[in-house]
Amino acid sequence: MGSAIRLRSAVALLGRFPALAAVDLDVAMGESVLVEGPNGAGKTSLLRVCAALLPLSAGAGVVLGADLSKRGRPHGVGFLGHAAGLYDDLSALENVEFRARLWGVPPSGAAAALERVGLEGPIRTVAVAKLSAGQRRRVGLAALVAVRPRLWLLDEPHAGLDAEARSQLDSVLEEAAHEGAAVLLASHEVEHVGRIVSRSVHIERGRLAGTAVRETDNAA
Amino acid sequence: MLREAFVVAAKDLRIEARSHVGRTQVVPFALVVVVLFGLALDPDRGLLTRAAPGLLWVTVLLTALLATQRSLALESADRAVDQLRVSGIDPAAVFLGKAAALSVQLLVVVTALAVGVVVLYGAVLASPLLLIASALVATAGLALAGTLYGAVAAGLRVRETLVPLLVLPVVAPVLLGATRAWEAGVGLAVSDGWPWLRLLVAFMVVFAAAGVMAFGPLLEDA
Repeated sequence: MGSAIRLRSAVALLGRFPALAAVDLDVAMGESVLVEGPNGAGKTSLLRVCAALLPLSAGAGVVLGADLSKRGRPHGVGFLGHAAGLYDDLSALENVEFRARLWGVPPSGAAAALERVGLEGPIRTVAVAKLSAGQRRRVGLAALVAVRPRLWLLDEPHAGLDAEARSQLDSVLEEAAHEGAAVLLASHEVEHVGRIVSRSVHIERGRLAGTAVRETDNAA
Repeated sequence: MLREAFVVAAKDLRIEARSHVGRTQVVPFALVVVVLFGLALDPDRGLLTRAAPGLLWVTVLLTALLATQRSLALESADRAVDQLRVSGIDPAAVFLGKAAALSVQLLVVVTALAVGVVVLYGAVLASPLLLIASALVATAGLALAGTLYGAVAAGLRVRETLVPLLVLPVVAPVLLGATRAWEAGVGLAVSDGWPWLRLLVAFMVVFAAAGVMAFGPLLEDA
């Protein structure tokens, strides 16, 4: 199985504050990994480094073959942060179609992607500004489903979702890993997310403080 | 790259069409400014007519600042810019797409203002070809410069106040060139207006090239 993420002594700064301090992390293709830790521990920064949204200040990092230390940009990374990255005046369907076009993927799959996350019917044509936080989250997830990334980077993906949506999200992530994509997600909901990942890493003060293998269907 | 630029431009124009901000705020703002100029200079209608091209392009400049801020706000709201970055799209395509959409919006404003100055100021459109050509090139130049300098300020908290400070001095050649070309186009100038068009083309080419080269690093910091 190929490597999706390989970080060695990775350091990332937010201003002068070291958000990540000498982090080593390996994630293989087909693997699902949970990043857990307290607020401000560096979970979001770790995801943003892997998405090449936050530059490495020191150390080495290769994500999907792109060398982060040389400002390489990995292709095939799907990122869902605290913000879903949507345009308020466009409908859910238009947002997903736009994301597909950006990735060079046929936009015809947008409706199916929204259906996959439980957004069916007329709500797809409503401007996302009028949707609830949970529905916006689903649209953001549908945009990832539509482009089928090779690496999923998700920051608190279950936040704001109801039980049905959480179940659909779990199903989407399990399917992605089953199809060979890598998943790295940050969450406080260790009990829930622990059921769908094969491994978890604990981060604290910008450093990885431990790794645990989870007893799940996904466990190697 | 052109396909990606078209995707970005189409998205921006669709958003503008949906939000009605251009129709209900930007164009009315431009028309109000023209009317205010008219009120201020009304006692001397001859002066108003002579100043019409300059007043029109000053108004376009002010409107361009509003439209530029809005264009950038689309990407910073909900961190849509992150999705542009991770998608792997060529930053030059983002630049050209956003500038193209902005240029189209400014052309709509120029058209509305041209009608306004004809009706309110009594201007005569003597050379339509020169007027249209200079409007096309000048709005493109404004859009390119606005998009580029808007991106420069995008990562800063003070961007709302910084963008006008950065953009207005830089686009002075557009104000000069477009005003002179339009003076000739409405029959107010004895000199030829076409050389001013060359200045506008040069400005447009310089900022298109600068934006294509610089937008990648700027997008990284947005």
